[in-house]
Amino acid sequence: MTKIILKDIPDYHKIDVYVQNGGYQSLKKALGMTTDQVIDEVKKSNLRGRGGACFPTGLKWSFMPKGNDKPKYLCCNGDESEPGSFKDREIFEKNPHQFIEGTLIACYAMGCKAAYVYIRGEYWKWVEMMEVAVADAYKKGYIGKNILGTDFSVDIYVHKGAGAYICGEESSLMNSLEGKRAYPRVKPPFPAAVGVWGYPTTINNIETLANVPDIIKNGGEWFSKIGEPKHPGTLLFGVSGHVNKPGVYELETGIPLMDVINKVCGGVKDGKQIKMVIPGGSSMPPLTREECLTMKMDNESLKAIGSAIGTAGVIVMDEDTDILKVLKRITKFYYHESCGQCTPCREGCGWMLRVLDRIDRGEGRQEDLDLLISVAENIEGNTICALGDAAAWPVKWTIRKFRDEIAKKIPAHKITLPVLNKVHGVRDYEGYSTLKRDNENEVVESLMGKVQEELNDESVRYSG
Amino acid sequence: MFENISNHLFNQEELKQVEYHISKYPKKMSAVMPVLWMIQEKFGWISIDSMKYVGELLELPYEHVLGVATFYTMYFKKPVGKYHLQICTNVSCMLCGGDKLFKYVSDKLGIKNKEVTSDGIFSIEEVECLGSCGTAPMLQVNNKEYYENLTLPQVDELLDRFRAEASKN
Ligand SMILES: Cc1cc2nc3c(=O)[nH]c(=O)nc-3n(C[C@H](O)[C@H](O)[C@H](O)COP(=O)(O)O)c2cc1C
Ligand code: SF4
Ligand code: FES
Repeated sequence: MTKIILKDIPDYHKIDVYVQNGGYQSLKKALGMTTDQVIDEVKKSNLRGRGGACFPTGLKWSFMPKGNDKPKYLCCNGDESEPGSFKDREIFEKNPHQFIEGTLIACYAMGCKAAYVYIRGEYWKWVEMMEVAVADAYKKGYIGKNILGTDFSVDIYVHKGAGAYICGEESSLMNSLEGKRAYPRVKPPFPAAVGVWGYPTTINNIETLANVPDIIKNGGEWFSKIGEPKHPGTLLFGVSGHVNKPGVYELETGIPLMDVINKVCGGVKDGKQIKMVIPGGSSMPPLTREECLTMKMDNESLKAIGSAIGTAGVIVMDEDTDILKVLKRITKFYYHESCGQCTPCREGCGWMLRVLDRIDRGEGRQEDLDLLISVAENIEGNTICALGDAAAWPVKWTIRKFRDEIAKKIPAHKITLPVLNKVHGVRDYEGYSTLKRDNENEVVESLMGKVQEELNDESVRYSG
Repeated sequence: MFENISNHLFNQEELKQVEYHISKYPKKMSAVMPVLWMIQEKFGWISIDSMKYVGELLELPYEHVLGVATFYTMYFKKPVGKYHLQICTNVSCMLCGGDKLFKYVSDKLGIKNKEVTSDGIFSIEEVECLGSCGTAPMLQVNNKEYYENLTLPQVDELLDRFRAEASKN
C-alpha cells in the first residue's frame, strides 16, 4: 500500500532527517518550473481537497489572479474540529516539513506573499511542534527571502485559534485571522477574489498541502493512478468508536470499509456486530450495517448512497449503541457551535436538540420524527455557511435510516399541554418529565413557579 | 511603540512579544488573538480591565476586544480552578465512556459544569471534540496537556497528583 504522508522513517519530523531523505527537493524542482507548470501538474494529479468538500486542488489554485500587483495569501486550515477527525494532528507531529514544503510550493504556484497556518487552540502541543518546524526551515533558508537562491520569497506564520469549530469554515477562518469574531462571510465574493484582509486568498487543508511535494516529485500522473481514479491518492483515515485498534491510518482511496474495520483496525470490539458507521466526521450522513458491507471508501462511492467522505473520520458503532443518544450529542455539538448569524441554523439547531431531547426523555410525540426532518430540511441550503447543512444532514439521514429504532422511544399516546409553549425558552427542564394527567394542575402550577425562578436566575438562563 | 499608555499590565519583554505578534500580520487588529492568549497565560483568565488594555495596545475599541474574547470558548472570562479539567463528551468519546468520565469527575469533586471547587484547586468543563477521538476517553488540563485512553483509576491518580502538587506551592 502506497504511503505518501505517514512514511515509515524514524524521526522524520526532524528537518535533518527529512532533508537526508530527499526533503525540500520537490521545492527545488518546482522553483525550476513555471507557475503554470506547477498548477498543471497538480491538476493532472486530480488531487482533491482533504478538508471535507473534496474540491479539486489544482482548479482551486488556478482561480487565483495572475500578477503580483496585490499581495496574495494562502491559509492552511489546521482547525480540525469536526468530531471524529484527528488526522492533521498526525501530520504536525510526524511529518511537518512535508506540509511546509507543500505550502511553499503552493505559495510559489499562486504567487502568495505569505502563508498562515491556522491551528486550533486546543492543539497547544502541536502548535509548538509546528512553530519549531517553521523556525528550523527558516534557519535553513527554505522559508524567508530568496529561497534556494531564487527571487522567490515567502513567509509562513503559525496562528493559534481559541476554541471555535466554526473557524474551520474558510471565510470564518479569514475573519478570525483578521482579529474579528469568526463569522462566516456571504459568498460571493469568493476568497480568490476578496479573501483575507481583502486580498486574493486560497484556503487549503493541511493534508491536501502535505500531498503536494510527492506529486511534484513523481508527477501528477503517478498520483492519479493511486487508489480510486475519481478520487485518487491516499487518505489519513481516523478511525474511532467501537473498534479494537482505533487510530490514524494512511490507506488508498477506494478501500472497502469492512477492510478498514476488520483488517486494519482489528474488528469491532468484543466481537459485536456493527449497527452504524459515520464515514467522515460527525456531519456526514451515516451508513447502516448493510451499506457498510459493500461500501468503498472514496467520495464517489459514498456519494452514490447520499453520504460523503468528509474528513475521513470513521466513527464505528456496535449493535448496542443508542442511536438516539448519538444523534442528540451530535446535534448538541452543532447547536453549541452555530455562530448565530442565520436564523435557520441558530434556531433550527436548538429546536432539533429540544425535540430529540424530549424523545429521549420518553416524552416524544408521534409527529416528532417528521417534524425533525422538516426542521432539518428548512435549515439545509438556507444559511450563509455549510454548518447549517452539517447540522441538518445527520438528523435527516439518521432518522431516515434508523426510524424504527428511534420511533420505539415515542409513547403511543402523549398528552400535550399548551402551557409547555410558555417554557420553551428553558432548557433541560427537570419538572417537565413529571407531567401526568391525574395531577396536571398541581404540577403545572409548581412548574410555572420553577420556571419563573429560573427566568429570574441569570446563571441558569445563560448556562447554555 | 506603546509610549502613550500609562498603566501597563505587560513588562518590557512582553511588550516586545506584542510587537512581534503585530509584525506577523498586515493589520494591527489581527494581533488581538495572540495578545489575548498572552493575557490568559499571564493572569490565568481575561478580565474586563485586561481587555481594555489589549484595546489600548492594538488601538481597538474595547468593545471589539470584548466581542472577540467572548466569541471563543478557550478564553476564560472568569477565573477557573488551578487545574481546569476539560473533558470531551462528544460522540467518539461518548462511545468509549467520555460522558461517564465527566459524571465521575463531577460527582467526585462535587462540582457541576464550569464550576470551581471551594478550595479553588479544580474546575471542570464539558468540552467538544478535542481531536483525540482515537484515544478516547480523554481530558485536557488548563488548555494544554492531553491525558488520553483514561481509565477511572488513572483519573483518581491524576486528581490525587494534582491535589498534592497544589498543596506543595
Ligand atoms: C463548519 C465548517 C467547518 C470546517 N472545518 C474545517 C476544518 O476544520 N479543517 C479543514 O481543513 N476544513 C474545514 N472546513 C472546510 C473548509 O471550509 C475548506 O473547504 C477547506 O479547508 C478547503 O481545503 P481543501 O480544499 O484543501 O479541502 C469546514 C467547513 C465548514 C462549513
Ligand atoms: S450557517 Fe450557522 S454557523 Fe454558518 S453562518 Fe449561519 S448561523 Fe453561522
Ligand atoms: S470525540 Fe472526544 S476527542 Fe474527538
